[in-house]
Amino acid sequence: MSLFQYRLSELHNMLHSAQVSVSELTEESLSAIARVDGDVHAFLTLNEEGARAAARELDDKLASGASRGLLFGMPAGIKDNIVTKGLRTTCASRFLDNYQPIYDATVAAKLRQADAVTIGKLNMDEFAMGGSNENSAYGAVRNPWDLERVPGGSSGGSAAAVAAGEVFFALGSDTGGSIRQPASYCGVVGLKPTYGLVSRYGLVAFASSLDQIGPLTRTVEDSAYVLQAIAGYDAQDSTSAKVDIPDYLSALTGDIKGLRIAVPKEYLGEGVDASVRETVLSALKVLEELGAVWEEVSLPHTEYAVATYYLLASSEASSNLARFDGVRYGVRVDEGGNLLDLYHNSRSHGFGLEVKRRIMLGTYALSSGYYDAYYLKAQKVRTLIKQDFDEVFKKYDVVIGPTAPTTAFKLGSQTEDPLTMYLNDILTIPVNLAGIPAVSIPCGFAEGLPVGLQIIGKEFDESTVLRVAHAYEQHTDYHKQRPQL
Amino acid sequence: MSITVKDVQHVARLARLHLSPEEEAMFTEQMNSILQYAEKLSGLDTEGVQPTTHVLHVSNVMREDVVKESLSLEEALLNAPEEEDGQFKVPAVLE
Repeated sequence: MSLFQYRLSELHNMLHSAQVSVSELTEESLSAIARVDGDVHAFLTLNEEGARAAARELDDKLASGASRGLLFGMPAGIKDNIVTKGLRTTCASRFLDNYQPIYDATVAAKLRQADAVTIGKLNMDEFAMGGSNENSAYGAVRNPWDLERVPGGSSGGSAAAVAAGEVFFALGSDTGGSIRQPASYCGVVGLKPTYGLVSRYGLVAFASSLDQIGPLTRTVEDSAYVLQAIAGYDAQDSTSAKVDIPDYLSALTGDIKGLRIAVPKEYLGEGVDASVRETVLSALKVLEELGAVWEEVSLPHTEYAVATYYLLASSEASSNLARFDGVRYGVRVDEGGNLLDLYHNSRSHGFGLEVKRRIMLGTYALSSGYYDAYYLKAQKVRTLIKQDFDEVFKKYDVVIGPTAPTTAFKLGSQTEDPLTMYLNDILTIPVNLAGIPAVSIPCGFAEGLPVGLQIIGKEFDESTVLRVAHAYEQHTDYHKQRPQL
Repeated sequence: MSITVKDVQHVARLARLHLSPEEEAMFTEQMNSILQYAEKLSGLDTEGVQPTTHVLHVSNVMREDVVKESLSLEEALLNAPEEEDGQFKVPAVLE
């Protein structure tokens, strides 16, 4: 029987009672990758030797009776925009094809401290820009539920690796929905924490005011475990929040009696597939049966979120990606010209189309004469979007709706039309603009494809978000269903 | 407002990108479409609204001025595409 049927807490107990060893868990993960990753293509770099060596060390540690970290022995995958010392980190870009980080991102160091085993680095949209994982310079990831469909993006490799049973959990990053949307398409749990809760030190920046690292897991309890291990203040990240970290696991009581749920009418309106809407309404019925009450509300500025996001995120991206110049790391294309030619040639050769498109859009929005009309205006609308949530949270504990308007679409079906692709993120983007936490959990299927339920909370109130998600999960079995590969 | 190929060429220069004629034509069309969509923000009254640059209430802090180890020369140059005598090598800046 596969070890992938167990939760992290169960595996923890099995390790403790010597029913399984870390090496066996690691081999289970590596053999699953050997079996299915040719089809799924979730991994960009495998850390086979390193993982086996780490597993042996952890088995010795277990035998010696030394204390064990929270994620002891758990084989994990890490999105390839999180730097890992000595382990190639490419951001799925030709630009960083041979980049060997000289330090660990704080989250990578925290996984190590928690005794997790890094199995490898996961495929993604180049520099985390995309909603389908078709922008990887190394080829698209395929959705384990239907290999002709996208897994979602940009953490498509992280979501697909968990859904396909290749790793026991994964880390992703979420700038406009890049953890939650692929979690929805792949039928796994994806949590975007409050901005500042998890350190971004060592995360290759896309849009610095929006990016946040979070876990992709098979269950809500697993998500709480991983969050517990990676959350916390980090002096190396100037945007890290100094807040107390609660015990997320103790929040999973199963009790949501009297909980007040807001359901924005904008999240179930035009553009949302009827099958997705029906599935989400059924999920609300389950929550109602558990004692929660829900009411329809309005988040009136939702319709402006996508435009706001693409102006702000592209502007920040154009600034962040200026550091890729072919001098200190990455691709260098020197055709004998001057230094400016070197910059132009290296960047033109190293970046893919979507990255160039966003750099162009951001450079335009920040350029003289357009700054006020686009960038400053978008920052003001961001305030209004945040105020919408503040108003709703005065009366309600959580906001609930679908994660994405549709289920996973076919590979190649939207690549010609960037605006349509951008609109797929309409239900996840407002959360990033407001900086608040949200989780996507499996809540059913539409024509055989997973549908995600999005639960949004107040800032730093991950405990409530996880409590609601866990209560729902305990009364359904969607999270137990696995794709046939 | 409409973006022309000339505008795209100008922005590409600012962004330090060479674009092929095909890319210029494609970006002209796509940026027009995206910016036309973004125009919907202009219809929204934001008079008196403070811009949000950051969702957290952060302020600059200074760390203690304590001497600590920095990267070694080898580490700093590990990923350099070209180096010489312990420095990043670039084409001549001055003629």
